[in-house]
Amino acid sequence: MTGFPILSVMLAVPLVAAIACLFLDARTARWLALAATLVDLALGILLWANFDVAGPAAQWQFTEYHELFPRFAYALGIDGFALLLIMLSVFLMPICIGASWEAITERVPEYMAAFLLTEVLMIGTFAAQDLLLFYIFFEAGLIPMYLIIGIWGGANRIYASYKFFLYTLLGSIVMLIAMLWMASPLGANTTYIPDLMSHDFPVGAQYWLWLAFFASFAVKMPMWPVHTWLPDAHVQAPTAGSVILAGVLLKLGGYGFLRFSLPMFPEASAALAWLVLVLSAVAVVYTSLVALVQSDMKKLIAYSSVAHMAIVTIGLFAFNQQGIEGAMIVMLSHGLVSGALFLCVGVIYDRLHTREISRYGGLSINMPRYAVLFLLFTMASIGLPGTSGFVGEFLSLAGTYQINTWITLVCTTGIILGAAYMLYLYRRVAYGDIVHDDVRSMTDLSGREIALLAPVAAVVLWMGVYPESFLAPMRADVATLLARVERTKPVSDSKPTPGNPALAAAHGAAAHATAASGGAH
Amino acid sequence: MNGSSDLVLILPELVLTVGALVLMLVAAWGGQASTRAVSWASVAVLIGAGIALAGPASSGADAFDGLFRADAFAAYAKVLIYVATAVSIIVAPAFFARTSGDDLRPEYPVLMLLAAVGMGMMVSAGDMLVLYVGLELQSLAAYVLASFMRRDTRSAEAGLKYFVLGALASGILLYGISLVYGFSGSTEFDLIAAAYDATPGTGLLIGLVFVFAGIAFKIAAVPFHMWTPDVYEGAPTPVVVSFATAQKVAAVALALRVALDAMGPALLQWQQIVIFASLASILFGAVAAIGQTNIKRLLAYSSINNVGFALMGLGAGTSEGAAAVLSYMTVYVVMTLGSFLVVLQMRGADGEPIESIASLSGLSRTRPGLAAAFAMFMFSLAGIPPLLGFYPKLAVFWAATDAGLFGFAVAGAVGSVVGAYYYLKIIKTMYFDPPANEIVGRDASSTLDYGLIAVAALVISPLGYLLIKPLAPVTAAAASALF
Repeated sequence: MTGFPILSVMLAVPLVAAIACLFLDARTARWLALAATLVDLALGILLWANFDVAGPAAQWQFTEYHELFPRFAYALGIDGFALLLIMLSVFLMPICIGASWEAITERVPEYMAAFLLTEVLMIGTFAAQDLLLFYIFFEAGLIPMYLIIGIWGGANRIYASYKFFLYTLLGSIVMLIAMLWMASPLGANTTYIPDLMSHDFPVGAQYWLWLAFFASFAVKMPMWPVHTWLPDAHVQAPTAGSVILAGVLLKLGGYGFLRFSLPMFPEASAALAWLVLVLSAVAVVYTSLVALVQSDMKKLIAYSSVAHMAIVTIGLFAFNQQGIEGAMIVMLSHGLVSGALFLCVGVIYDRLHTREISRYGGLSINMPRYAVLFLLFTMASIGLPGTSGFVGEFLSLAGTYQINTWITLVCTTGIILGAAYMLYLYRRVAYGDIVHDDVRSMTDLSGREIALLAPVAAVVLWMGVYPESFLAPMRADVATLLARVERTKPVSDSKPTPGNPALAAAHGAAAHATAASGGAH
Repeated sequence: MNGSSDLVLILPELVLTVGALVLMLVAAWGGQASTRAVSWASVAVLIGAGIALAGPASSGADAFDGLFRADAFAAYAKVLIYVATAVSIIVAPAFFARTSGDDLRPEYPVLMLLAAVGMGMMVSAGDMLVLYVGLELQSLAAYVLASFMRRDTRSAEAGLKYFVLGALASGILLYGISLVYGFSGSTEFDLIAAAYDATPGTGLLIGLVFVFAGIAFKIAAVPFHMWTPDVYEGAPTPVVVSFATAQKVAAVALALRVALDAMGPALLQWQQIVIFASLASILFGAVAAIGQTNIKRLLAYSSINNVGFALMGLGAGTSEGAAAVLSYMTVYVVMTLGSFLVVLQMRGADGEPIESIASLSGLSRTRPGLAAAFAMFMFSLAGIPPLLGFYPKLAVFWAATDAGLFGFAVAGAVGSVVGAYYYLKIIKTMYFDPPANEIVGRDASSTLDYGLIAVAALVISPLGYLLIKPLAPVTAAAASALF
C-alpha cells in the first residue's frame, strides 16, 4: 500500500462522480451516486484494514504532501480519530443516497452531485493536515448543504438555509483570523497541523486563539446557546440531508476540539474548561426539556442531538482517557443512531407527508418490522446497555466524574430525560390504537428501507457489544493527546482520600483526616 | 538617458496611442461599416501593447528623468488592464446590436484604447502631473463611454453624473497635489517621499488627505462611492465591464503607487485613512447591497465592498500587503468579468437587456449552465472556499494579521459575513425560487461570450489554486518594485 494515495483517491471518486452526475439523467445519476459511494465505502474498509492499529506505528498514516504555495500545502494524513470519522462518513453516505432513491424526484442529478460533493468535503476535512486546507474543506461544506436545504427542503427552507449558512460562516470566519495568526511568523509560522500540535503558543495568545476556535466549533457542534440553527436546518432539510447533518457535519465541531483546541492550546483549554462544562450541563438539561415538548418528530430528534453533543464536549474536556474515548464513541454512536432515527422519521414521512407526532399512533400494529427497528434505535439513543449509546455515554460521564462531580450529576440527568422524551415519542408513534384511517393503510418497510436500516442496526449493536474494535484505532492517539495536555490537567473537585483501615489506635487520626478533607469542599 | 531609449520604455503606450489614432482615422473615413473591423483591430493593438510590455517596458527603469516608471508593478497592472479592456471591447457588438436605436459606433473601441493609455500612465506615473494627465485622459474617455447610448436617458444621466462628480474629485486631487507641491517643492514622487521623510508637517499632511480623497473617489471607496451605483446602472453594460475591472485595477494600482512610492514615509498618516476607507467600504458595500433589486446596482455595491478588501492589503503597509492587493485585483477582475458576462446574457424575448434580480428566478432550471457559472462567481465574490475568491481574501487578511492589525482583520472578516448574505440572495433567487421564464435561451451571437464565461469559471474553480504558485512570485516581484 505504500505510495498509493488512497486518501486522494477517496476524494477523487465522489468528486468525479459529482461532476458526471450533472450531465446525466435522473436514473443514471442515482446509480452512479450509489456506485461512487459504495466504492468509497470499499476504499474506506481498505483504509481501515491497512491502518496500523497495534504496532509502534507513526501517529500519522497514509500521508501525502504537496506544497502549493508558501504556507499552504495539499497535505493529507489520518490518525485514529480521523480514521473513525472517515469511516462514519463513508458508511452513512450510501445510506443517504438510498434514502433519497424515491423521496427525491425533482432535479435528481443536481441532488446527487450535491451529496457527493458533501462527501468529498467531509472526508477532506477529516484528512486535511494543513490548517488552511482544513479550513477550505470545513467551510466549503456549507455550499452543498445550503443548496440541499434550500432546494429540496420543506416549506420554510429558505429561512433555514440562510440561517444555517450565515450562522456557521460567522463562527468560522473568526477562526480563520486565528488560523492566519498561527500561520504567521508571529505565531508558529507553519500551517502543517502535526507541527502546530506540538507547538507551544504563548499562554496569553492561547486564550484568544482558543476562543476564536471555540466560536466556530461551538456553532458547528452545536453548543447551547448557539444551537438554534440546528432545529431549523434539520426540520427543513430532506431526510438524507438531516442524516448527513446529524451524522457527520455535527462531528466536525467535536473533531475540531480534539484536533485543534486541546492539543494546540492546552493551557487555555484547561483554564476555560469550566465554560465548556457549564454550557454543556445547561445544554443537556435545557434541550432535553425542550425536546420533551416538541410535537414535530424531526425537531425532537434535533434537540436530542444537541443534548448528546453536550455529552461529547464534557468528555473531551475531562482530560482523561475515559472521557476522550467516550466522547469519540458518543460521536460515532450518535452519528449512527440519530442518522437512523432521521431515516425512521423519513420512512413514515414518505408515507403520510407529515412530521406531526399526533398524526401517527399504533404503528406497531401494521408496521411491526418498522416498530422493532425504531425501538432499537430509540433504545440506542437513550443509551441502553448493549447498544453503542451506552458505551459512549458511560465512558464520557465516568471520565467527567473524575474532574467534576457536579457537572456529571447534572449531565447524567440527561440520560433520564433522554429516556423520557424518546420513550414518550415511541409511545405516541408506535403504541396505542390506530386512530387515523390513513395510518392504517401505511405499509411496512420495503426491502430498500430494510437494506438501509439493517446495516446501521448491526453496527450499533457491534459497537455496543464489542466496542474494542472502535477503541483500538484511537487508543494510541488518545495517549498522545493526554501526554500533550498532561501538564495542564485540572484537578478533581472531589479530592478523594484513600480510606484508612479503621485500626483502633489510629481511629482518632483517621477521623481528623476525614474532617479535613470534608472541610476542603 | 537619451530620448530614444526613453521611447523604448513607453513602447506599450506608444503602440496604444498610435493604434488609437490610426483607428480613429479609419473610423472617420470608414464610418459605421467599419465598426467590427475597428473593434478587432483594437483588440489586436491591445495584444501588441501587451507583447511590448515584455521588453524594456517592465525592466524597472525610469523614463524621462523619473516621470514615468517602467517597472514590474506597472507592467503587472497593465496586463490586467489590457485584458479587461479587450474583453470590454469584445462583448460590445452583441450588446449594442440588441439595444433599441443605439448602434455600436467605431469610436467605442477607440475610446477604450485611449482610456487604456490613460490607465497605463496612471499606474506608471512617477510624478504627480503625469499621474494627473493619465487620470484625466482615462476619465474623459470614461465620461464619453458612460453616455454612449445617446438616446437612453439613463445612460446620459450616468455620463453627466460621472462627469460632474469626477470633475469635483479631480479638483480635490489637484488641490492636494498643489499643497504637496507647495510644501515639498516638487511633483516628483522621489522628492515628495524625501520631503515626507525629512520635514513632515501640517501642510504636507493636509495635502496627503486631499490626494487620498481624490483617489478614494476614483476607486469608489466609501465615503466617495456615491456615483458608482448610478453610473453602473445607467451606463451600457460593456462600458460598466470596463469600469468595474480595468479602471478599478488602474485606480487601485494608482493608490498603491501614490501611497507607497510617493508617500511611503507617511505610512502612519495614510494608514488611518486607508483603514477607515477599507472598513467603511466593506460594511457599507455589504449593507447597502442587500436592498438592491437591479443586478447592475448590486454589482456596483459588490465592487465597493471588494475595493474595501483590496484596501485592506494596502492598509497593512507592507510589501506582502501590496502583493496581496495585486492578487486580489487579479482574481477580482476574473470574477467580475465573469459576473458581467452573465449579466450580458440576461435578455428577454425581444433580446432587450433585463437587469432585475427577480428575473433570475429559477434560472437554474431554465439555463442550468449559466446559473451554475453565476453561482460560482457569487460564491467566489463572497470569498467562500474552495472557490478561488477565497484566496485573495485570505491573502489580504494574512497581510493584515502579519502586520499585527488583528482588529482590522477581524472587523473585515465580520464584514465579509454580512456581504455573503446578498451574494447568497442571488443564488437563492436562481436556485430556490420558481422559474420566472423572463430570460430566454441563448442565440448564436453569444457563443464567444459563453466561451469567456467558461474560461472565467474554470479559473475561479478550485483548479485555480494551481495558478497561485506561478503567480505568487510575480505579484511579490511587482509589489517589491514599490519599496
